[in-house]
Amino acid sequence: MTLALLVEQLFNGVQFGLMLFLMAVGVTLVFGIMRVINLAQGSLFMLGGYFLMAALAWTGSYGLAIPLAFIGAALVAVVLEIVVLRPLYRRGPLDQVLATFGLTLFFNEAVTVIWGRESIPLSIPPFLTGSIEIIPGSVYPIYRLVITAVAIVAGLLLYLLIARTRVGALIRAGSDNREIVAALGININLLYTLIFALSAMLAALAGIMMGPLLSVEPGAGDPILILALVVVVIGGIGSVRGALVGALMVGIFDTLSRVLIPLVVQTNATSALVGMAVYVLMAVVLLFSRTGLFAAYRG
Amino acid sequence: MTLRRGALLFLLLAVAIALPPYCGTYYTRFATQIAIYGMAALSVDLLLGYSGLITFGQAALFGVGAYAAGMLTVYGLTDALVTWPLAVVVSMLFALAIGALSLRTRGFQFIMVTLAFAQMVYYFAQSLRNWGGDDGFTLPQRDSLGFISLADHTTFYYVVLALLVLVVLLANRIVRSEFGMVIRGIRDNERRAAAVGFPPYPYKLVIFVIAGGIAGLAGALMANHAKFVSPATMSWQLSGELLAMVILGSANSLIGPIVGAAFFLAFRDVLSDFTEHWMLFFGPLLIARVLLVKDGIWGMLLRATGADKVGAPKVDFPEALEPAADSKPGAAE
Repeated sequence: MTLALLVEQLFNGVQFGLMLFLMAVGVTLVFGIMRVINLAQGSLFMLGGYFLMAALAWTGSYGLAIPLAFIGAALVAVVLEIVVLRPLYRRGPLDQVLATFGLTLFFNEAVTVIWGRESIPLSIPPFLTGSIEIIPGSVYPIYRLVITAVAIVAGLLLYLLIARTRVGALIRAGSDNREIVAALGININLLYTLIFALSAMLAALAGIMMGPLLSVEPGAGDPILILALVVVVIGGIGSVRGALVGALMVGIFDTLSRVLIPLVVQTNATSALVGMAVYVLMAVVLLFSRTGLFAAYRG
Repeated sequence: MTLRRGALLFLLLAVAIALPPYCGTYYTRFATQIAIYGMAALSVDLLLGYSGLITFGQAALFGVGAYAAGMLTVYGLTDALVTWPLAVVVSMLFALAIGALSLRTRGFQFIMVTLAFAQMVYYFAQSLRNWGGDDGFTLPQRDSLGFISLADHTTFYYVVLALLVLVVLLANRIVRSEFGMVIRGIRDNERRAAAVGFPPYPYKLVIFVIAGGIAGLAGALMANHAKFVSPATMSWQLSGELLAMVILGSANSLIGPIVGAAFFLAFRDVLSDFTEHWMLFFGPLLIARVLLVKDGIWGMLLRATGADKVGAPKVDFPEALEPAADSKPGAAE
């Protein structure tokens, strides 16, 4: 194992971690503020990829297709919030889990009906192909660097939005006491729609950027969703900082274990160990802290 | 009141005993599936309805039972009296490990942690290359029950049905026992239960392990029914579908989940004749049930016949938005 390979895998780990962050932060925001468990986040990840693919086929240009895919996902999110999520705010967690699970089943099947069951490869935007040498002896794809940068920018913008703007202050106030915010004359429903659309757009952003790396297929968001849930459990529910730390931990741990475990253990059990590594990490964190690393909410 | 309920139950059992063999192999196998999934859904409801624990990972224990039974059969142990109890024990051990960790958490986290551990078991099964990996493996034949061969679909159906009835009776004993009362007490108010001397954790762990054993038995039956086992028996979709069966049928009852399983499978069977995309209709149906209808089929049936009413499950969820708690200062602590 050379240093160059290790650095490359570390980069991959950070990049995967940031993608998980984009997913997990949506789950954690929607729960932290609206107290809603949203299993449909994986569907929005998947829809991001499909919308990009469809928009690309329609316009033939990445410059047009990416914003279109983004708008498409946001529109779906707004409709979902109004039709399905809104009645769920005052329901129990079971209703929320089942309804958003129902959405996942629906979307997985809907994309199958529209675009077929086969996975569709997406190519990397032509202006982002190629690679550069990050450290001597190790080349790294430009595309992966760019999506890492985009994820970092998105994360920073989200931080500024929540910490520095009026809307952010309302979001934080809304998570503390919904009634008081509403009594102050704030349209809390509009605020909730906004938050849901925001987290959906972050999931779609991850889906759009991961589209060319994975492939676009029905249920593509499900494994990512489950990893995002692991991230939320590790980081602490409702905590944006926890989502970031948890996501980076899971991303790096997952990527490195895929490289390192086969070097150390070479038996039949290797692939089992690799697949289970992240969940072992979660179990260890839970042994030390029942509420995750940065528990924002204590039940 | 209970007389009508008894009559309804008797009618259901009579139909289950008399009907399937008259309707041919296809429907006998179909009814077998209902009984098996009904048993698995019942195990989910022991947790969901009676203990207030929303588990999104019961399929893993179902799958562990299926794998254990299937592997033993392939190794040549074909007496159900040996393999099925062993499968149950293995599932209970898995449930003990998963429960011991995940029951440290509550509410939202419990849902996610059970889902995550189930996924871990799923990946483990997927990595068993000697056992077909992602494709799974087939069983050479069904186990036999002592001297009775189970190769005949009708015989197998009656064995499964008998086991289901036994499980319902056992579960009924459990939920009506002192232990069951403690479990429901913990569900309704954990703090109060702890204050009067019932620490929640061990009680929850015991019911989690019992439910795991029942799911494992259902899994072992499934392996024998299909003569095929694959990681798909552990998928998170199945965990969700089991929850859906419980909620469609009525939670907090022992018959509701079985009725829910019957409805789910019938829905799939009927729609599959018209379209392969039946999920396109099931998703919205599930959402509609959650948003628009207060109770499941069994609860509605009981009320329609004036037999009884089944309450909605109260779940262990400290974070749930409770309007009453907000307006009372100090109520939520």
